[in-house]
Amino acid sequence: MTEVARFTHGSRIPGWDDAADLEKAPAGVPDPAITEVPAELREAIEAAMALYPDRRSAAIPALHAAQEHHGWCSPEAIEQVAAVMRVTPGELTAVATFYDMFETVPVGAHAVYVCTNISCSLHGADDLYEAMLAAAGDDAGFNVRSFECLGACDIAPMASVDGVYLGPLELADAERIVADVRAGRPPVPEKELVRRACADPGVTTASGPDAEA
Amino acid sequence: MDKLLFRDIDEPGLNTLEIYERRGGYQALRDALKRRPDEVLDQLLASRLRGRGGAGFEMGKKASFLPKGTMDKYLVCNADESEPGTFKDRELMQKNPHQLIEGMIIAAYAAEVNRSFIYIRGEYAEQADILDAAIVEAERAGYLGDRILGSELTLSLVLHRGAGAYICGEETGLLDSLEGKRGNPRLKPPFPANQGLYQGPTLINNVETLSTVPAIVRMGGDAYAAIGVENSSGTKLVSISGHVRRPGNYEVVLGTSSRELIYDLAGGPPEDRGIKLWFPGGSSSPVLTADDLDLSYDFDTLAKAGSMLGSGAIIVVDDATPVVDVALKLAKFYRHESCGKCTPCREGTNWTVRMLERIDAGEATPMDLDIMASVQDQIIGHCLCVLGDAMAMPISSMVAKFRPEFEAHIEAARERHGLSAAILSAAVPQPALAR
Repeated sequence: MTEVARFTHGSRIPGWDDAADLEKAPAGVPDPAITEVPAELREAIEAAMALYPDRRSAAIPALHAAQEHHGWCSPEAIEQVAAVMRVTPGELTAVATFYDMFETVPVGAHAVYVCTNISCSLHGADDLYEAMLAAAGDDAGFNVRSFECLGACDIAPMASVDGVYLGPLELADAERIVADVRAGRPPVPEKELVRRACADPGVTTASGPDAEA
Repeated sequence: MDKLLFRDIDEPGLNTLEIYERRGGYQALRDALKRRPDEVLDQLLASRLRGRGGAGFEMGKKASFLPKGTMDKYLVCNADESEPGTFKDRELMQKNPHQLIEGMIIAAYAAEVNRSFIYIRGEYAEQADILDAAIVEAERAGYLGDRILGSELTLSLVLHRGAGAYICGEETGLLDSLEGKRGNPRLKPPFPANQGLYQGPTLINNVETLSTVPAIVRMGGDAYAAIGVENSSGTKLVSISGHVRRPGNYEVVLGTSSRELIYDLAGGPPEDRGIKLWFPGGSSSPVLTADDLDLSYDFDTLAKAGSMLGSGAIIVVDDATPVVDVALKLAKFYRHESCGKCTPCREGTNWTVRMLERIDAGEATPMDLDIMASVQDQIIGHCLCVLGDAMAMPISSMVAKFRPEFEAHIEAARERHGLSAAILSAAVPQPALAR
């Protein structure tokens, strides 16, 4: 395999703020015969490709699968997806750098997205974000990020912890979330969004509007 | 009022096929399949249902634009709900996924489409899992696949998870993203109805729009059109958030007074606080003030008031919040989410953030407000999509309606940072005179 220059963080992906290296020859489609791909990752990518009329539509699902497997969209991960999808690493890199949920540098395994958009910030989301950062401290297992509107303004301020929406959160919940995640427990389960009843008082059901509250 | 979209919404297990069918689910589909596709389309046209995603284009008309004939045609459900303040589709998908699936199958039948996709934002992982399970149930029950319920209709449905990009809620950005590319919007025309996904005819509708379809078939298009006010038929889910005591989703008849929504349903702002401004249709809509609370909440009235109904998301900001903070938060969001394709949007959002930061840093003068307003004017209408406009419209409206507050903020920040007007002007280097 040709040796590709890396950035200091280990990736060949420059990101938005760094210029691309125009001297470098573009990488072609990786040779499937010599690119090793973990069996389960290959299976996931091939299953995704089969869902669409055009296999390239599977870029995002395939990168999700690769990120889950490798922890981030590492050069190896991109190379493997490219080999299975028969596209160039450059095409996938373009996709990986565009979307907020793809990590192009190594990050902690537990994703904590704190929504800091308008409705949440009106309820103190910026302080919550600081509290989450402080609670996670230098624990490399956490990836605490401030995120744009997560679509849960009814539980502001809120956070998504490993894909589970939690809110409304108080500053003290930050420590609890970190402790629960470290212990392998569901974090602050009583604040899970899926447990909330509809706010509309006109909603009637056989078991009453507050049945799930 | 009987709930249409939120019917039985908190029924435990409504997300399962068993309970949904017990509550009359998929009956509308059976009824629709007994008619010809054009008869179903006529019902959708008669309902005058306007798209619930933000643009408010009539759904039936959009469906009728698809060319007839045998070819691959696509239906895409836009579930990339990312407009700040909007969270209605989330509740619909999480609690009643089959209503959306049923609506999609009926819409596909009416528009004679054979492949369908739901593009859901990646952050909605819980809702995506629920939808995935519901799709499997629907496939097993024969509601999806070949010759659905013995009819001529064949339809596949694939759930596609995005990965976090506001721009993918824009329909052509969504199509590029669904094709596996960066979510850059396309030039229109051609519109998706002619050349959309994989260059084929494509119908794109919001989750709420498609979830309304079973109710329209159930009650008939004319009966649906009779709900609401002129040009705004039916019920609408309104997401109310910000400084209100009972934030959440409310299903209301279009034409209800905005005051009723904000005060009676959502409880109004906390005690002793008044409303400084409110966004009637997501963060992209020009702001309204406390004087506008008696406006009827419908498409035409809000447009006449210089704003828009948008996605139906009301964000209330109380009088203790500085308007500059709100503007800066907004501008930063749009700067982050600009895809970078068009210069006015990419640069305009960036410079707007920088100018607002200058205000906060005490480096601005009232002239900066005029420059900022002119930047907004140069964004509007000059890009492939309306992301730039979505920042420019609310920012312009804030500067226009709260100019004295902006000026006071500039003065206060200057004093706080010890920069008097005299020092500022002295610090400006004077050009040397040419000799």
